[in-house]
Amino acid sequence: MNENIDIGNTTWETSGLQMFAELVTELSSSTKTNDKLQSLVDYFATAPDADKVWVIAIFSGRRPRRAVNSRLMREWCLEIIDIPDWLFGECYSTVGDFSETLALLLSDVEIVKHQNENLGFYLEKLIHIEKENESIKKKFIVESWQQMNSKEKFVFNKLITGSFRIGVSQKTIVNALAKVLDISPSAIAHKISGNWDPVTTSFNELLGESASITDFSKPYPFYLAYAIDDSVETLGETNLWQAEWKWDGIRGQMIKRNNELFVWSRGEELMTEKFPEYFILKDLLPDGIVLDGEIIPAVDGKPLPFAVLQTRIGRKNISKKQLLEAPISFFVYDLLEYNYEDWREKPLSERRKKLEEIILPIHNKAIQLSPIIDFNSWDDLAALRKKSREKNSEGIMLKRKDSVYKVGRKRGDWWKWKIDPLTIDCVMVYAQKGSGRRSNLYTDYTFAVKDGDDLITFTKAYSGLTDKEFAQIDYFVKRNSLEKFGPVRTVKPELVFEIAFEGIAASKRHKSGVALRFPRMSRWRKDKTVGDINTLDDLKEMLKMYGK
Amino acid sequence: MANLISFTDKGLFCEAGNFYIDPWQPVERALITHAHSDHAKPGNQFYLCHKYSKPILQLRLGNNNYQTVEWGESIFMNSVKISFHPAGHIIGSSQIRLEYKDEVWVVSGDYKREDDGISGKFETIRCHTFITESTFGLPIYKWKPQQEIYDDIINWINTNKENGKASVLIAYSLGKAQRVLQALKETTQTIFAHGAIYNLQQTLINAGWDLNPVVRITPETPKELLKETVVIAPPGAEGTSWMKKFYPYSIGVCSGWMQVRGNARRRNVGAGFALSDHADWNSLLTTVKDTGAEKVFVTHGFQEAFSRYLNEKNIAIAAEVKTQFGDEDEETNSPLEIKMKNRKMYE
Repeated sequence: MNENIDIGNTTWETSGLQMFAELVTELSSSTKTNDKLQSLVDYFATAPDADKVWVIAIFSGRRPRRAVNSRLMREWCLEIIDIPDWLFGECYSTVGDFSETLALLLSDVEIVKHQNENLGFYLEKLIHIEKENESIKKKFIVESWQQMNSKEKFVFNKLITGSFRIGVSQKTIVNALAKVLDISPSAIAHKISGNWDPVTTSFNELLGESASITDFSKPYPFYLAYAIDDSVETLGETNLWQAEWKWDGIRGQMIKRNNELFVWSRGEELMTEKFPEYFILKDLLPDGIVLDGEIIPAVDGKPLPFAVLQTRIGRKNISKKQLLEAPISFFVYDLLEYNYEDWREKPLSERRKKLEEIILPIHNKAIQLSPIIDFNSWDDLAALRKKSREKNSEGIMLKRKDSVYKVGRKRGDWWKWKIDPLTIDCVMVYAQKGSGRRSNLYTDYTFAVKDGDDLITFTKAYSGLTDKEFAQIDYFVKRNSLEKFGPVRTVKPELVFEIAFEGIAASKRHKSGVALRFPRMSRWRKDKTVGDINTLDDLKEMLKMYGK
Repeated sequence: MANLISFTDKGLFCEAGNFYIDPWQPVERALITHAHSDHAKPGNQFYLCHKYSKPILQLRLGNNNYQTVEWGESIFMNSVKISFHPAGHIIGSSQIRLEYKDEVWVVSGDYKREDDGISGKFETIRCHTFITESTFGLPIYKWKPQQEIYDDIINWINTNKENGKASVLIAYSLGKAQRVLQALKETTQTIFAHGAIYNLQQTLINAGWDLNPVVRITPETPKELLKETVVIAPPGAEGTSWMKKFYPYSIGVCSGWMQVRGNARRRNVGAGFALSDHADWNSLLTTVKDTGAEKVFVTHGFQEAFSRYLNEKNIAIAAEVKTQFGDEDEETNSPLEIKMKNRKMYE
């Protein structure tokens, strides 16, 4: 536990990077939210200010662009410890985490000189070398490895390669900051949202008294609903509730302030540039307005399946054809700010009334009101819900008419009432080891349906089973694998599963010709054999019914 | 010439001597490397083992026809010369050396090279053919020196005490538990243990070992007595209602698998200590090289990767062998599996 390294007679003080490495270790080993919160509180109370800003940035999806790709890091590691590439592959598939694999392989690389740098030093350096040539990158990375202990190597690799999956939500970060600074969590959430750069923003600018006045792009934290667990009847009188379709797009916030337009996704990604369809709204919307709605492709007011939206995500250049085939609209359902005034505390009925006044006269296909569903009884609504799929909707949203717009996922006033998933029975044919807490366990599977006498693969799934079931399947895979292709094992086709999914679309990329949305294992059908599974024709039938 | 040892359905078979080593099905004559359940199965008519293994075998398998040997002592079966040599894995664990017509084979059983003070100091035996385990045969497994891990464990216990918590250390009853107790020898406090660990510890103490006694936890043990103490428990006890008594507590798992974060996270434990009784990557390589063996058979673990590496680097001519070792060994499976199996064993 003692991370101080003795070099000669000097004992080094704990550096910013060490503190961060300790924080990550604590967060990933504690299992209770309260313990994690306490670790964060301790960190924010003691870490250097600049590092705190970086930690907030990292845990809210604002990490710097990637400076070095994994291929190079892998090469340099192989060079240092002199092992063949295939052996790295074996290690990686056992560890299930690239950064950790590197750190473990490099664990006995001598520490040449332990550096005493802060987190910010490494991150700024990484930004700095992004545009440099390979040899400069190599020098920095390799030298850094030689200056770090194992925990530091691990977090350093993580900073370069990807996200920290250690079960810390943005909410936990917000609560920790609220505790340390004695400010309300919703104020913190708002302050750390929006468009800011950790390189140029100081802790005080971000979270001090005067923060957040000038950033016109700053969105509000989203209010999220839980799935309703009881029957809807328990919600009481129907006239207290507003029902809307639940859309299968990207939840988004559209902001016009200072005569500029900003579109944020729920993942707090600024997406304005990705959807040129929205540009015209800068002229059509009043200034000082914030709208909550769904980013979704639609033709003649009818949403298209999520698969269509996927063709637009992640593309920098959008072709004419795409703009024509998948035109993006904003299905707006709430008003959070009007005339630069925060409307979140007003009841939904009032917000909706004003929203309609603003949107109805606009008449542009880039924005439309998400309609309210008319219903007189819960039975009525249940019948309508069954038709959700025809509307490319995932079900129904229920919102109390007198509800205020809250922060984060809250019970009580808003509920989602999703449709039951589609299901299909199939057999497992390939297995691969999982990652993170499932490392060295076969938990990632590929499934097949029957196609005449053959089996044809059609989907992968990783979730839906208990740890115990995964352990049993892992045991089966290890004893019934037929061949090995890299990390993938072909498995005797014997275990039958029911796969649940939210949607189905035609796909040229898959041999089966279909792609599923949100597939997961809903049941292990121990009562069924491979003779009882569904066929490719069954899948095609589903595609015909639900695929449009 | 036929191989001195062949790999049969019943286990490693020496035809010339007409005996098996660690057979997994009942046979007439069995040589036992060590007392873990995947290496020492019941039902054999005759057992040959190191003298330290005998009391443990008696505890686990009951009374059988046991013959014991000292390390380095030679005995003959038909004309095969047999000797046992320390493997450093657990108490009594031995490598078995066979010599026949100028040909020497060594079966490693399970082994570690670091001297833990109770399992005997691993001895390198020169041979023509070496049969090695490979439980941790990947270069991600490189152990820290045991003293560092012992210090980590003691620091962790002290932190728990400061926070008013008991420290529950999960360790396999045979091997790891004795080693952890060894690590805590300097601390003066009373150490409590699960019945499975207590039984083994008593057996060893009765056999003359100078080991820390532990206090058995029974349904009558008062909760107050356990406050902020150290408890050693086998993996099967983890997550059962047996643990309630220690609340508030923190769990620390002692196993080589804890080297990888995911394994600790999957089990939702507070701390993982990568303390293993198996050779790590560097030890496996050193051992293979030091034996001078031209041929190496790699058994249970990452046999495919380790044998391929030995071949590619021209360290030896290596082949992987499928055995049933590791199926019930304490460490060769993924932790989840062990947990389920041991639960059956202990409940």
